[in-house]
Amino acid sequence: MKAPVRHHIVSARVENKAGVLVRVSGLFSRRGFNIYSLAVAPTHDERFSRITIVVDVESAPLEQIVRQLDKLVNVVEIAELAPEEATERELLLATVRAAPADRGQVIALVGVFEGTIVDVGLDAMTVLLAGSPSKIDDFEALIRPFGIIELQRTGRVALPKLARRAARLRAVPSGESHEVS
Amino acid sequence: MQLTGAQALIKSLEMKDVEVIFGLPGGAILPVYDPILDSPIRHILVRHEQGAGHMAEGYAHVTGRPGVAMVTSGPGATNIVTPLADAAMDSIPIVVITGQVATGSIGTDAFQECPITGVTMDVTKHNWLVTDAQDIPRVVAEAFEVASTGRPGPVLIDVPKDVSNAQMDWYWPSSVSELDLPGYHPATEGDPRAVREAAKLILCASRPVIYAGGGVLKAHAADELKELAERTGIPVVTTLMARGAFPDSHPLALGMPGMHGNYTAVTAMQRADLLVALGARFDDRVTGKVSAFAPEAKVIHVDVDPAELGKVRQAEVQIVGDARRVIGELLRSLAALGLCEPTTGEAAVVAGRSGRGAGAAPDSPASARPDLGPWMAQIRAWQKQFPLTYRQEEGGALKPQYVVEVLRDMTPDDTIVVAGVGQHQMWASQYWRFDYPYTWVNSGGAGTMGFAVPASIGAKVGRPGKMVWAIDGDGCFQMTAQELVTASAERIPVKVAILNNAYLGMVRQWQELFYEERYSEVYLSPDLPDYVKWAEAMGAVGVRVESAEEVAPAIEKANGVDDRPVVMDFRTDAFEKVYPMVPAGASNDDIIVGPAQGEGGR
Repeated sequence: MKAPVRHHIVSARVENKAGVLVRVSGLFSRRGFNIYSLAVAPTHDERFSRITIVVDVESAPLEQIVRQLDKLVNVVEIAELAPEEATERELLLATVRAAPADRGQVIALVGVFEGTIVDVGLDAMTVLLAGSPSKIDDFEALIRPFGIIELQRTGRVALPKLARRAARLRAVPSGESHEVS
Repeated sequence: MQLTGAQALIKSLEMKDVEVIFGLPGGAILPVYDPILDSPIRHILVRHEQGAGHMAEGYAHVTGRPGVAMVTSGPGATNIVTPLADAAMDSIPIVVITGQVATGSIGTDAFQECPITGVTMDVTKHNWLVTDAQDIPRVVAEAFEVASTGRPGPVLIDVPKDVSNAQMDWYWPSSVSELDLPGYHPATEGDPRAVREAAKLILCASRPVIYAGGGVLKAHAADELKELAERTGIPVVTTLMARGAFPDSHPLALGMPGMHGNYTAVTAMQRADLLVALGARFDDRVTGKVSAFAPEAKVIHVDVDPAELGKVRQAEVQIVGDARRVIGELLRSLAALGLCEPTTGEAAVVAGRSGRGAGAAPDSPASARPDLGPWMAQIRAWQKQFPLTYRQEEGGALKPQYVVEVLRDMTPDDTIVVAGVGQHQMWASQYWRFDYPYTWVNSGGAGTMGFAVPASIGAKVGRPGKMVWAIDGDGCFQMTAQELVTASAERIPVKVAILNNAYLGMVRQWQELFYEERYSEVYLSPDLPDYVKWAEAMGAVGVRVESAEEVAPAIEKANGVDDRPVVMDFRTDAFEKVYPMVPAGASNDDIIVGPAQGEGGR
């Protein structure tokens, strides 16, 4: 399953208190917008949590929603992250059919994607993969033919990319290309 | 010092200088009602919780300080949801305290349980469920901070019964920094660069209009607004929420714009080349069809709430900030550009003096300013050609506008006028002359019928030295009239003028104009109930007025009553309609000034 073309990532630092998630998600549901994925967990400072929301919505109403979200008393910081300016990661757990004859292929595939096998049964395995959402999409497509018994993705978490590009350009002679992951 | 949660709650309200609580007790709030007996805070016992909420709103409207209401859990709490929604729409600071079932019973469908923080999440600025008595002083202080700063609004504190009964160690947060509000940072000062841009736009405009909204009153910016208007010579429209923010008797006052605004206010905005929106939110009742609203105007939009900027209309200059401070900054910017002197004194405005570069220092940017003279001349021509009109014929049916005008002329200039919602509200706003801020109290955004009676009681409690008149409709009056019992019992002498046309008049007007006179469920009857007897039953003086000549003597009699409420039953013409009118969804250019030719006065 691909992320929607018009997807936007909203990243909010919120107070780690009861009811905050419903206040935030309510601003979307009230306008009839569906949240595509949502991840929430405490930050390094346990008073705060970070909520990462991927939402399928036009830009104009989103800007309005972000301003409304910013007004919520429990929302400390909020930003819309452009996908090219964000580091995004997602985690997938999948229980895949893997009869003894197929087991080797599944193990090989997990190895190629640098995933982990976290559980092995008689004719199935549970695999774990963390990575960029597109990598997860590719992996999911490739394990699907084996037969997926259960699958759970976390939804993406994201942080802004660091402003190191300019510094690098100064340090590196021009003409040399650097891939920034 | 050890206190119960209930004692701490009342003591916290005392620390916030609360002088009055509007409320009605019940099971879950019982512990909090006990320390009220020992507190200097006055408690006003309402007859329905909705009344408590609207009274708190009326109090906040006229004093600018948060009104406080206290009710019990379950139905007590749900009955106050309408006032919360009303206050949210009109940015009125109120603090509502609700009892809740004990924490151990929450979620068990206990007796009179209702998850009121969930119910009111979307109609409060913020709400709190207190789970530890130790948190009470801090939460009360936070609630007042949130309600009254930035864009004001309603807040709710839900206090479970066991929390009220628990012991806590008393403390009081001595400053804002001791509050736990890491995500709450209302902006106040405008971005200086944007303010300079705004000043430049003002100096370039040849057809400018100041569009003053309720935010001007919230920010206590009436004096600054007057200075801005006089310095720049720009005429001012005051929205329904801003009536009184700029004196109606001022030569630059254009009155109310919008669906039932006067022709000049509506049309000046339509033809303007610059709108200076101050604490206004481009409400649909003001803009009409948004795409056709003020098509040639650039917009400077000042609002304390960043989410209002660009919500309806994209502004050329957006300024987040408190209207009073931003106007002050704007005046300094204008001075820096050479506009130091008032463009016009009042006399000069009347004379149409302005001229190119009026009021500007020589050779300053302001000296090249366009002449506003032709614009003011056009405005004067509209005012002359399209005044508000109605005709009170001798011996004819009593016109509601006539009642409002006589009432206006027979009461002190600073009388507080409170309206419900409907035709009577529009006539009150159109025909009253508001020369002072905080003298107009009404339900604008939510359009809550039944607002007037309880809100007038709250207003009178907040401003006991002023005369308070509610102008109400017969439909509205029947929704909350029981609060006159409260007013009688508490000796709060409000006066209520019912413009009794025996109909849900505004709905009737729409059915007449847009549903081919098919009147569906709008007839109420002029004498069922008998308003005079009803008033008397509630301990008030009741007066019936059926003709124009009786109006003045009856009002004189009412003005003389100062020990109890007065209810006046004005039997007005049911056929009278509110004009001008912009039909819903139409462009403001399609304003209907009055009854079509041949339609007669009826």
